[in-house]
Amino acid sequence: MGFQAYQGEGWLLTKAEQLINWGRSRSPWPFPYGTACCGIELMAALASSYDMARFGAERVGFSPRQCDVLIEAGTITKKMVPVLKTIYAQMAEPKWVIAVGACACTGGVFRTYSTQQGIGSIIPVDVFVPGCPPRPEGILYALLKLLDKIQEDHPLYKKRQEVAEALEAGK
Amino acid sequence: MDYDPVCQIDRDPDDLVTINIGPTHPAMHGTLRVIAKTDGETIVSAEPEIGYLHRGVEKLGENFTYHQFIPLTDRMNYCSAIASNVAYEMAVEKLMGIKVPPKAQLVRTIMMELARIADHQVLVGILGVDLGALTPFFYLIIQREEIYDIFEWYNGARLTNTFGRIGGVNADLPDKFHEKWPTLRDTIRKANEETDALLTKNRIWLDRSVGVNAFSAEDALNWGFTGPCLRACGVKRDLRRDEPYMFYDQFDFKIPVGKHGDVFDRYMIRMEEMEESVKIIDQAYAMYQEMPEDAPLMAKVPKIIKPPEGECYHAIETPNGELGFWIRSDGSDKPYRIKIRPPCYMVYQAFGELVKGDMISDTIACLSSLNIIAGELDR
Amino acid sequence: MSLKERVQRCLGDDVIAITEYRGDLGIEVPKGNIVSVLTRLKEDETLGFDFLTDLFGVDNLDYYAKKKKKPKKKAAGEEELVEEEEDKGPPPPRFEVVYLLQALKTNERLQVKIRVPEDDMEVDTITTIWKAADWPEREAFDMFGFKFRGHHNLRRLLMWDEFEDHPLRKDYPLEGKGEERHLSYD
Repeated sequence: MGFQAYQGEGWLLTKAEQLINWGRSRSPWPFPYGTACCGIELMAALASSYDMARFGAERVGFSPRQCDVLIEAGTITKKMVPVLKTIYAQMAEPKWVIAVGACACTGGVFRTYSTQQGIGSIIPVDVFVPGCPPRPEGILYALLKLLDKIQEDHPLYKKRQEVAEALEAGK
Repeated sequence: MDYDPVCQIDRDPDDLVTINIGPTHPAMHGTLRVIAKTDGETIVSAEPEIGYLHRGVEKLGENFTYHQFIPLTDRMNYCSAIASNVAYEMAVEKLMGIKVPPKAQLVRTIMMELARIADHQVLVGILGVDLGALTPFFYLIIQREEIYDIFEWYNGARLTNTFGRIGGVNADLPDKFHEKWPTLRDTIRKANEETDALLTKNRIWLDRSVGVNAFSAEDALNWGFTGPCLRACGVKRDLRRDEPYMFYDQFDFKIPVGKHGDVFDRYMIRMEEMEESVKIIDQAYAMYQEMPEDAPLMAKVPKIIKPPEGECYHAIETPNGELGFWIRSDGSDKPYRIKIRPPCYMVYQAFGELVKGDMISDTIACLSSLNIIAGELDR
Repeated sequence: MSLKERVQRCLGDDVIAITEYRGDLGIEVPKGNIVSVLTRLKEDETLGFDFLTDLFGVDNLDYYAKKKKKPKKKAAGEEELVEEEEDKGPPPPRFEVVYLLQALKTNERLQVKIRVPEDDMEVDTITTIWKAADWPEREAFDMFGFKFRGHHNLRRLLMWDEFEDHPLRKDYPLEGKGEERHLSYD
């Protein structure tokens, strides 16, 4: 963000997109969806020793409607797949997904009849964190990576494109 | 009955309201689900539904070799993976008739009791969080990190340790353990005292936990309870004392027993057990120090494990209760069938009975106090 | 008196076979008598097996297939009388249900087994004796397809309701047959 302060009253010069991205990347509200072992490490990452709140993920929400980042930590079984899809659909835009752990990324060691082989085929995932389970530092690093990604987002361009497409379709 | 396709439950035309709690409810620990019929705020009947974390561990076990199965036992009870590892290893050792060297047994005892403390700390912290007391969680989790440091020094993993091998342990206690333990013992006690001061005599805490979900001893035995949940009901039963394995018959420790089987008793039992575990580690560590430096850590075990044909069951007392493995071998290098007897499976099936007649908010307290670990429950 | 003798005295003719391996005593009883056998074991004063540790199924499909290929080479003593007979007669029933019992007073353990043929999967429920058998029986139904006669709520436990197969059977592949779970919101 271009930030220029002059003496006196001062004023701020920026692009609307950068302002939006700046705001978004400072307060990603996580939805901790811990299903298995990784959930315990996610808990450690949120708690006092690692303190994810330092990066703006202060408010841990348990309602998908009020959250931005779905942190999916743990195995997703085939029985759980419809639930995960519903949760993702309930989240309001803009929304991002972090898949934590080998099970969420690829199914991990559980290549069995009941385990979904990675959540990438069900919902779009922004950051994958390998490890079984990853250390809390790994989860924090994934959050930082996601913040970088948010910074490079084009929220208005997307909107403009949607409007253009809608107009096109209208014709 | 109207069928509600969104929640997949039948709506009752009577006055009873059917509500669906979970599987993503914040107090349902991720994968548990309860379908409750309520009259006002009182629960008339509750039926837990499980299987949202069924990963096919038993089927995988039939396709893995005996050593390959050890990492899977980590992922069953992930709060105290070491106890699950040792339970499985001891079952295979019984199947093969291996005698584990005493020094390895002491290393196992020390690590298992550390895992027990870590498990109970998570439980007490989460129980506090679910009942609205956030502070003890932060005290305990810092403490737990120090225990995880020891696990990490041992073999690099914090949570899923893959501790030990069939026939012993692969490494001695880490060097740093000897410096760390005297201070760690004090900090564990201090964290427990802080938690104790914050919770045990707290008026709100007592209101939320005393007399909630009381359960009688006969019912508990009938439902197959084991571990702290059974002891809270007043049954003095602990496999460490009743079927002693390793050196537990030589250690001096109390078995805390509750009276009413309510949430408060379950909480107190865990708090006291942490204290007893510290005592056990002290005694085991004293015995360990008397062992010669080069005492063996592994029994003589063939490289490829092929137990003779047969089947046996072996159970030990893990933080949650009796964790048993029934293994049938057909003489090949893979188990023919592994059946895991998880402790919280038996406890959770009585959940409907436990919460009947209580308030909805009490179900949350009840669920947390039972310490249901989904990985172990669904396998 | 050893546990073996006490069990034999208590059950009499109901004991078809006795196995002992690494100190674990296992008995096989007829399928139809399981409820009365377990009740007698529970109520007998010298035994008092009053705690049900677990209940589960075993599929012996591969076990006997392998047995046929290479006849036993080891000396007898490990796996008992039943297999010695099986060379002559028809193959034994495919499934087994194993009950693990424990006596709380004496801390003794006992395995009780029944054999269940594939064409008659009905087994009497023991939820009338121990409530603890509720979920284990549902799981055995889910994983192997045993039909527990008299169980009050015999639904699938671990897999979803629309699932058709029984995954722990030996002829079911580890990675499944490509089942997916779909919920329709109509």
